[in-house]
Formats: sequence, structure tokens, C-alpha cells
Amino acid sequence: MAEPAEGDTPLIEFRAVAKVYGSGEAEVRALAGVDLAIHRHEFVAIMGPSGSGKSTAMNIIGCLDTPTSGDYLFDGIPITGLDRRQYTLLRRHMLGFVFQGFNLLPRTSAVENVELPLVYRGMPQRERRQRALAALAQVGLERRADHQPSQLSGGQQQRVAIARAIVTEPAVLLADEPTGNLDTRTSREIMDLVGALNRDRGITVVMVTHEPDIAAYAKRVVRFVDGRIESDERQEQVAA
Amino acid sequence: MFTETLKLALHAIRRNPLRSFLTVLGIVIGVAAVIAMVTIGNGTTVQVTERLSALGTNVLFVRPGQFGPGRASNEAKSFTWRDVDAMRSQVAGVSAVAPVSQSTATVIYGGASRSTTVVGSTSDYLVAQNRIVASGRGFLPSEERSGAAVCIVGDTVREKLFGSASAVGERMRLGSFSCEVIGVLERKGEGGMGQDQDDMALIPLRTLQRRITGSTGISAISVAVRSDVSTTKVQGELERLLRERRRILPGREDDFSVNDMAQIVATMASTTTLLTGLLGAVAAVSLLVGGIGIMNIMLVSVTERTREIGIRLAIGALEGQVLTQFLVEAVALSIFGGVVGILLGLALAWGAVTAMSVPFVVSVPIVALAFGFSALVGVVFGYFPARSAARLDPIEALRHE
Repeated sequence: MAEPAEGDTPLIEFRAVAKVYGSGEAEVRALAGVDLAIHRHEFVAIMGPSGSGKSTAMNIIGCLDTPTSGDYLFDGIPITGLDRRQYTLLRRHMLGFVFQGFNLLPRTSAVENVELPLVYRGMPQRERRQRALAALAQVGLERRADHQPSQLSGGQQQRVAIARAIVTEPAVLLADEPTGNLDTRTSREIMDLVGALNRDRGITVVMVTHEPDIAAYAKRVVRFVDGRIESDERQEQVAA
Repeated sequence: MFTETLKLALHAIRRNPLRSFLTVLGIVIGVAAVIAMVTIGNGTTVQVTERLSALGTNVLFVRPGQFGPGRASNEAKSFTWRDVDAMRSQVAGVSAVAPVSQSTATVIYGGASRSTTVVGSTSDYLVAQNRIVASGRGFLPSEERSGAAVCIVGDTVREKLFGSASAVGERMRLGSFSCEVIGVLERKGEGGMGQDQDDMALIPLRTLQRRITGSTGISAISVAVRSDVSTTKVQGELERLLRERRRILPGREDDFSVNDMAQIVATMASTTTLLTGLLGAVAAVSLLVGGIGIMNIMLVSVTERTREIGIRLAIGALEGQVLTQFLVEAVALSIFGGVVGILLGLALAWGAVTAMSVPFVVSVPIVALAFGFSALVGVVFGYFPARSAARLDPIEALRHE
């Protein structure tokens, strides 16, 4: 993938985004005026110690939380101040989530888990099933479609979660510690998969991690400390 | 989308069948109780109505005092032979006027004895009550006038006392005197209140007055109206005649009542309405309790499934979609309870009416109402938990363990 051209509208842009929790004595500044731009097709790792504000930044990017001040522009459009419903629709159509704890619905088959975002889009059953199976094939789990999460290994569960995130063909894949619950070998497999999605399908990936060897898969690493960006570097990816 | 939601709801209910069942038990019991009671009540009403109608709609019953709900039968003087004669001679269109007084006495024949109803009347009784003398004969006018010791027995009395032997011509003991059995009534079966109409002995009214009750009063008069004459018209004439004879001033209420079968049935029906009202109150309480049960378990369910709700919200479920999901789940639960309750109630009622040999009459409106109410309970008591699910913060919900 070519580096983004100068002057392109960033897909994700923070302008002096601050987030304050609580008030008075109990006030906590999670983000203290952050500027950040992420372009299409980028693969960004967000790093930092706990309490550095990286999770807050991720929640704001994911439209799960709103800044106290500053602006969040999605594809050049300011979305600060939208209501809950509009945030939900943004998540539904633009974003795919992968969590540390997989967050699959229990007692629900893999393919039904992958179908879930399409259900909320009101897609007809037949088309939904086709697309869910295609997404499962992309993560190499077409043979496990009828298995429930409890019948799958951690790595397989995370693959199902990735299939669920990409089945809607989102602009951005948001991964919050995607390998946090996995062993090293499985972590590599998952990261190879994420890397491939970024490289081959051009999905923009934003990933929170605290493990340097996981961050090494990204093309760019943004480090947060005390609610500010400490460093922002492009890097050579590890060979996938 | 809706079938999806329904599938989800059923999935959630099946996930914990025992809990789901216990949750709806309140509704099941409430609905079952109402359905069973109403169905049994309907069957009984139908049976009573059928039997009363079988007595004939062209018979008027004249009784002292007033009857009906909210009206105690007050102390009113009984009728006299003169009243009976006046009705027969002054009211046009009557085919029989039967004065009736009743008592209970022990009848003894050989080694057998039985306590039975003793009816004192005249041969007009057979016309008014639609009874037939199967064997033997009816009263002679001379026997009626003199108060002779003769009796016509019902089939039950005949069977218990005489068995297979012929009763006619035998002498049996009735209370304190001995009387000759001159006839046996044809079997009639159970009456409107379930009583055995063949467990009786009919004697001339004067005999009853002299030998058993010792009073000259007549406690009721059955008047049969000719089929070509309006019952209402005769009823009006009887009322006018009795007011005159009993010297009731204009503006004062009657101290007697003249009813036909339809009116007696209506009186009973109004009693049934009162009972239905009470049942409704019991049903309302049990549905309320059942609804609280559902609300309680739905709140628990929302707490348990906080993470699931978080996932759904994060991947694009709108508040309304989550609300609908939990609401449909609550309604599905309560409808399930309602349906089980209806089936259970009908089964109980069927068992009861079969044991009571009463017809099984299903009231469709009550079944529909029970169904509708159980659905409504789901909506009302499911709304609050569903709303609290829909309003969860996805970040908090996802963090929930």
C-alpha cells in the first residue's frame, strides 16, 4: 500500500480532543488536548501504560464515548455533538470492533455471531448467511460455522470476532488488545490475519496494545503518556 | 427483523426453561383459575337453564315475598284456598292452578325407610309441573276435598321402598300416618339445581296441611298458561288480582312475586354476574403478582446479560432494537404463561364438569381476554427492564463481568 498522499482528508482526525471524567477534586483528565490524524489504509498501533488515555482515545474513535472538548472528524466531517442514535449508526456502518475478551454471544453459533451486525442492518436471512459464511472463510473458519464459542479455542473465538467485525465491510477495524487473552503462537496467527486484512483489503486498522511485538505488526505506532501523545512514529512492519 | 427478535426471545427463554417456567407460574395459576372457574360456571349455568326451560316457559310461579339479589324474602303472608279459586275463576287463559306446599317426612314400607320431600298439591300439579302418572291413578276430587290419606310416589321412592314389587295399592307409612299408594310418577331425572325430582311423594294439599304442617297457608302457586295466551298478560292479571286480594295500597310494593322461568333464569344469571366480577378481581390480583414476577426476572436477566447488551450496542444495535428485544421476550414469556394457564384451566374445568356431569362450555371471549391480558402484563411489566437494558452505556456494559 502506498503511503497516504499529503493533503488527503484523514479518515479519523482529533483536533485538541480532551476528555475529563468527574469534577472538582475527583477530576481526572484522561485526554489533555490530543491532535491525531489517521488516513485510509493505515495500520496504527496505540500504545502506552494504563491510565495513559489510550483506551479513552480508542472509545472516542469507536464512537462509544464523546470528547469533553475539541473535535472529532470522521472522513472530514465533525461528529462531535451527534446524538446516541447517530453514533450507533456510525458504528453500524463504518466501524468493526474486536475486543480483548472476544465478546461473542454465548450459546450462539459462530455463523450467527458473525451475522449479528447484519441482523441490525435489516439484511435478509439468505444474504446474511452467505456473507457471514464468506467472512468466516476469510478467517479460515468455514468448517466451524456451527460451533458455539464454548466449543472453540481462544484463537478461533477471536477469528470469529474478526469475521463479525469485517462482515459489514467497515472503513475502520478497531482492535482493543486483540491478543491480550492469547498465547504467543496464536497471537501471531491473529496478527497475521489482521495484517493481511489491512494489506489485502485496505481496511484501516487502529489497534490498542501494550505488547511491543504485537505493535511491531503496525506501520505506525502512537504512544500515549498522561493523556498526551508522547511519540508518533512510522516503522517497518514485521514480515507477515 | 421481527422474526429475528422473536427468535432471539424464544432462544433466551429456552436457555433457562425451569426459570422461565417459574417466572410465569403466577400468570399460569391466575389464568388457569379464572378459565377453570368461568368454564365450570358456564357449564352449570347452561345446564340449569336447559333444565329450567325444560319445565316449560308457560308456567308462572307465584310466591309470597320478593326474591332476587339484594332483596331478602321478607315475612309475607302465604296464600289461601280462596286465592287459588279466584285465580282459576277470574284470570282468563290459565289451564291449571296448582297450590303447592312442601315438607319433609320419613316414608316407611316393610323394612325400608327413606326421608323424602312431601309435596302437597292438587291434580293440577301434574299439569303445571308437566308430570305424568306412569301407573295407578291421580287424585280424585273427593280425595282432594277431604284430605284423604292417599299418595302418588316418585320413582326413586318406589324403587327404594318397593324394589321390583308393585307399589300401587300398598299402604306405607308417611310421617305419622299411614297412606295408600295410588300411583307412581314417571321418572323425570335431576332438576335445575341438581336435585332428584323423583325423590318425592305427592299428597293432596289438605292432607299435608292437616296431617303434617298443621297450617292452612299455601306457600306457592304454580299457574300453567294456555299456549295460545300471552304469559305476560296473565302475569299482569295475576299481579293485579293478588294486589287487590292482599289489599296492597297503590304505590306500595308487592309482597308477593309472579315469575316465569325466564325471569328465574335471569335472577340466577345476575348472581353469576356477581360471581364473575369477583373472579375478575381475583384474576387482576394474580396477574399483577404474575407481572411483578416477570418484571423481577427480566431485571435479573438484564443484569446477567449486561455484557451481551454491550456487544449488541457496540456493533450497531439501536436503543429501540434492544428495547424491542427485551420487550418481546417479556411478552413471549407472559403469553407462554397465559397459554399454559388457559390449557391448564380448560383441563381442570373439563375434569370437574365431567365429574359433575355438567356440559363443557368454553367461553371464547374469556379465553381471548385471558390471552390478551397476559400479553398486556408482559408489555406493562417488561417495559421498565427493557428500557433499562436499552439505555445501558456500551462501554460500561462491555466492561461488566
